[in-house]
Amino acid sequence: MLKKLVFTTALTLAAFSVQNFGAQAQEPRKGGTIRFTAPYAASFVSNDSHVSNQIQDDIYGKALHRSLYNWDSANNKPVLELAKSVEVSADGLVHTFKLRDDALFHNGRKMVADDIIWTFTRLMDGSKSYPAARYVRLLKGAIDVEKGQAKEIAGLRRIDDFTLEMTFTERTEPGFLFNFATTSIYPAKEAQAPDFFNKPIGLGPFKFVEHVPGSRMVFERWEKFYKPGKPYADKLVISPMGEAAARDVAFRNKEIDVSILGPTQYVAYKADPNLSKGILEVAEVFTRNMGMNPGFKPFADKRVRQAINHAIDSELIIKRLVRDKAYRATGWLPLSSPAYDKAMQPYDFNPEKAKKLLTEAGYPDGFEFEWTATPNESWGMPIVEATIPMLAKVGIKVKVKPVEGSALGGIVAKGDFQAYIWSNTSGPDPLTAMKCFHSATPQSACNYTTYKNPAVDKLLDEAGTTGDAVKRLDLVKQANAIVYADAPVWFFNYNKAVLAYQPWLHGLQPNATELALQYFEDLWVDASSPAAK
Amino acid sequence: MLPYVFKRLLQAVPILLAVAALVFVMFSVIPGDFASTQSSDGRAVIDAEAVARMNTQFGLDEPVHVRFGKYAAKLLTLDLGTSFRTRQPVINSLSERIWPSLQLAMAAMLFAIAFGVPLGFLAALKPGGWLDMQSMVVAVSGLSLPQFWLGLMLMYTFALLLGWFPSFGYGDGNPRYLVLPAVALGVAPLALLARTTRAAVLEVMNADFVRTARAKGNSEVRVMRWHVARNAAVIVLTTLGLQFGSIMGGAVVIEKLFAWPGIGSLLVDSVSLRDIPVVQACILLLVLFFLIVNIVVDVLCALIDPRIKYS
Repeated sequence: MLKKLVFTTALTLAAFSVQNFGAQAQEPRKGGTIRFTAPYAASFVSNDSHVSNQIQDDIYGKALHRSLYNWDSANNKPVLELAKSVEVSADGLVHTFKLRDDALFHNGRKMVADDIIWTFTRLMDGSKSYPAARYVRLLKGAIDVEKGQAKEIAGLRRIDDFTLEMTFTERTEPGFLFNFATTSIYPAKEAQAPDFFNKPIGLGPFKFVEHVPGSRMVFERWEKFYKPGKPYADKLVISPMGEAAARDVAFRNKEIDVSILGPTQYVAYKADPNLSKGILEVAEVFTRNMGMNPGFKPFADKRVRQAINHAIDSELIIKRLVRDKAYRATGWLPLSSPAYDKAMQPYDFNPEKAKKLLTEAGYPDGFEFEWTATPNESWGMPIVEATIPMLAKVGIKVKVKPVEGSALGGIVAKGDFQAYIWSNTSGPDPLTAMKCFHSATPQSACNYTTYKNPAVDKLLDEAGTTGDAVKRLDLVKQANAIVYADAPVWFFNYNKAVLAYQPWLHGLQPNATELALQYFEDLWVDASSPAAK
Repeated sequence: MLPYVFKRLLQAVPILLAVAALVFVMFSVIPGDFASTQSSDGRAVIDAEAVARMNTQFGLDEPVHVRFGKYAAKLLTLDLGTSFRTRQPVINSLSERIWPSLQLAMAAMLFAIAFGVPLGFLAALKPGGWLDMQSMVVAVSGLSLPQFWLGLMLMYTFALLLGWFPSFGYGDGNPRYLVLPAVALGVAPLALLARTTRAAVLEVMNADFVRTARAKGNSEVRVMRWHVARNAAVIVLTTLGLQFGSIMGGAVVIEKLFAWPGIGSLLVDSVSLRDIPVVQACILLLVLFFLIVNIVVDVLCALIDPRIKYS
């Protein structure tokens, strides 16, 4: 199994390398239009990237804006974007950034330290509940601004126009906090104009042209972008297309250049000799799981939770139902996590062992539990239905509680469940992901199964304070192994995200944080594109 | 006539308030709120403190009756509130979407009238004939085909196979973008209109006044145009009014499928994110539209048929 996983990953990377090599072998072509799709809903939330943490809005944010950091998909880590360098104090609390002096907003004005300070201060406006406040809150004095007790964030200090000092309240890696579109840097003065969001400006490779809500967002090349020669395309059109079937027709009709594929389409595209040539796969940092509430008596016993992991044939479900569009989970941290432990083995499908564990736990005849699930095809009702006969064989009966997708988060965060099935982020920062199993993390935050193990707490606390990156990863790996053995969840799979692309589109990257997030400045279309002119 | 129209408009006010109350109560009891939807994709983590802050910001921490009271008071001053998602006035979102929705509804209705009324009329001329049978096939198919499936089939046939029309999007005012969604939306009303027209024409054709008109030596064309068509038009118009309203509702599916930027797709997004002010505004707008169209239909009926008097 492990060999298969490693092989698949290697194959994915190899495929990407081939694609990249192909792209590099050709000189990137300037001009043309990139016709991108945002596949997760029918529309973008707003022209203000700060108000929405929906991935739809992150997609256009990559074109229009820039944050202090960016995500390096090739090396799977955050990198400086709007700063040339950063110096970190010995205690890891003070970060001094040397900012780029060539980053121009779309009105031609240079970005300076004050723009970053204003942006972060805006994000801490307590009356607005901006999603990124949870990241900025780690800066010293940010909470005071949020509560209205201060007007400026004490932890942000402008040394000069291009030098900015940030002081955090705990050792942290700001790259994991400030690489999202929700932390996009806005022009301080211009963004306060009442009509700013009718035609927003940013620091990204493309300038805003128009937004037809529910239909498209159009951008044109920002010729003074700070990366020389980029972006390549003249124009970028991003269409929100939540319906997979409609996206499929548009892609086959060559009206769009990319499409995110679901399990059914994945099989069809792989089987098609032409379409199969343009498929990009990556193990995203999402872990699909069934969380078990220890407040429900049977789930308080580790042996019962382990029994469930043994009773379900995850391999079969992934193969038949998820159509191999997933990787078997061998822990909480996914394949693309820097702390992924290749040595860990998945729970084997072993109903006999499951029965034995149940008997030892005092449930020789099994029990019945209520399983909250959404209609999602990859981690919802269809999966639950597939597990029902498997669990029945060891005496466990399932009562399904169907809920709407948008209601699941609230139900789980309130602990109003016996079990739920969900797909949760498990990266990109492994320490942040594992902190969801720290006993100090409330259920409402992300410790949904109210997991508590002093050994895990100790490891995570140590990982949080050490300045040694290698040691930190090792500690996180150890914590992951303990959590896996404790089985607070049924470890189902890691999402394999699949993106289909047209043969004329080049420069795509296997972004494990979200495959639909691409760097538009690196994309280019060759002369064979219908929108090449 | 004017006092009647004014009276009908006044009657619409309590209807709108009742709908507003119904939607308000419904969204207060179903699971999920705006804050919790922010974490439902499993990507973001929203802690209890942030949820509480959001609920305070949007007034969701107050009792339902207080919230409704405030909402109703604002509504009476035509203030639709602020969208939870965009933090912008709801009216901004609506104003961007009304015209595309109207375009689509009008195009779909035009398609339905252009094909449905003549089809029903011709079918009624020879009941049981070939055309009548075919119109029945069209009617049954049109009413029973799911719009989503029909939309996909149209996309597949006319965009992918034949390449006649784009498969999605709004375009830059190019009517080619309007054709497929309008047809997908217009097929069901077309079917109903065809059947209603047929039934209405058949009923009128057997009426005494038509027999009298023929006995007086009027030509068949004159009988059909002045006596049959005019009298059947009242029934057809009434159906048309009802269908126009339901088309706006049906656009929810079609707009989403074709990435059409109308009220329907805004409504779907707002429901899934529990953006209650926008949901309420969209539903109120659809109800208002339905009421207005039906008032217009009543007026038109009175103009066509002098026997209809509104006091």
